[in-house]
Amino acid sequence: MSTTPHLKDLIVCPNCDAIYHVAEPNFGERAVCQRCHTVLIAPRKRAGAQIICVALAVFILVLAAAVTPFLSIEAGGARNSVSVLDAALIFSGGPLILVSLGTVAMILFIPLLRVMLVIYVLLPVVADRPPAKNAAWAFSLSEALRPWSMAEIFAIGCAVALIKVADLAQIAFGPAFWMFCILTVLVVVQDSFLCRWSVWKSLETTK
Amino acid sequence: MEIARNDKIVTAREIGVVGCQRCTKVWPLGTKRCTRCGAQIVSRDHKALQRVWAWWIVGLICYIPANLYPMLQTRTLVSVQQDTIIGGVITLINHGSFGIALVIFLASVMIPVGKFLAIAFLALAAQRGTTSPSKQRMGLYEIVEYIGRWSMIDVFVVAILSSLVQLNALAAVNPGPAALFFGLSVIFTMLSAQSFDARLIWDAERS
Ligand SMILES: [Zn+2]
Ligand SMILES: [Zn+2]
Repeated sequence: MSTTPHLKDLIVCPNCDAIYHVAEPNFGERAVCQRCHTVLIAPRKRAGAQIICVALAVFILVLAAAVTPFLSIEAGGARNSVSVLDAALIFSGGPLILVSLGTVAMILFIPLLRVMLVIYVLLPVVADRPPAKNAAWAFSLSEALRPWSMAEIFAIGCAVALIKVADLAQIAFGPAFWMFCILTVLVVVQDSFLCRWSVWKSLETTK
Repeated sequence: MEIARNDKIVTAREIGVVGCQRCTKVWPLGTKRCTRCGAQIVSRDHKALQRVWAWWIVGLICYIPANLYPMLQTRTLVSVQQDTIIGGVITLINHGSFGIALVIFLASVMIPVGKFLAIAFLALAAQRGTTSPSKQRMGLYEIVEYIGRWSMIDVFVVAILSSLVQLNALAAVNPGPAALFFGLSVIFTMLSAQSFDARLIWDAERS
């Protein structure tokens, strides 16, 4: 106990409070908490640039998916096709408008906001520049919003809706449905590339 | 990664330091705020349990009207039908769509009820101590965190259906008040789970 190591060489598992010496793993390897198996450090080669590319793709996909139809329906000559914006705005009037606001937020605004925050934080880091103003705050917000970004759940919701009214009318997937499917994969890829510990460290060193 | 002291797992609290739960940086005990990420630092957040219970109760209160009011109102040429969550599942079973009935039953009944029970169990175990192994309770907590968001699927299905199925005289689907209460219930239970301090899981077994 006499040789207390420097605090900056230590890392604490946020989920179980176990403390370790930082031993940065090689690219592609992961440092996992031995007590609760939380991934603590998972660096990747050129992760920053890759994440920014994926983020740009997500940004374009979300915008495109917002305005193109994701489902169309046809029954007895009547036809209707809807985009996410249509779906979200259906609860207009009364307290149910809260549901539409929440839906738009969780499937469009929050994914878009997260993407923009991540790009804002990582661009200077990748370019070897000092961190952006309020980068720590931006990254914290992006992480806090992660569970509230629900584009992938919406994609499954489309599939459920399709089967639910399949006997009522003829239903077909529109382009936006496939965009949401790609989006789902991209969001997973982006999250697995992102090593939070590395980001926090890079935001600190150049302060 | 190497452990601080040989093979035995040592916690930050045992050696008189405290870890930032947001960015894993280590600080001397008593530090109030992490200057790297701006998060508040507490060695053990016992107030967190009060927040867990507060959100839990509000979520449960919202879950009651979510089951009593109709989720969807389906109007066709021959009939007007109002379905509650359970009613919708029964309708689906009557139509022979067992797969979708199962998805909706899982997302809207099993997951929410299971989540209420799981959070209550974790919070009680942290308050009173328990003999159940920490690893199992950590696994339960991770499942709750991961799966809770998926309950939102039913709200999205309602939003999708009510915008899609608007075929003039032929058929129309409109949202019911339960969609709002159910959405709120999901949000509140997510906040409840997020408020929980996972480190308490590991303390409970030791004491
Ligand atoms: Zn751990
Ligand atoms: Zn911090």
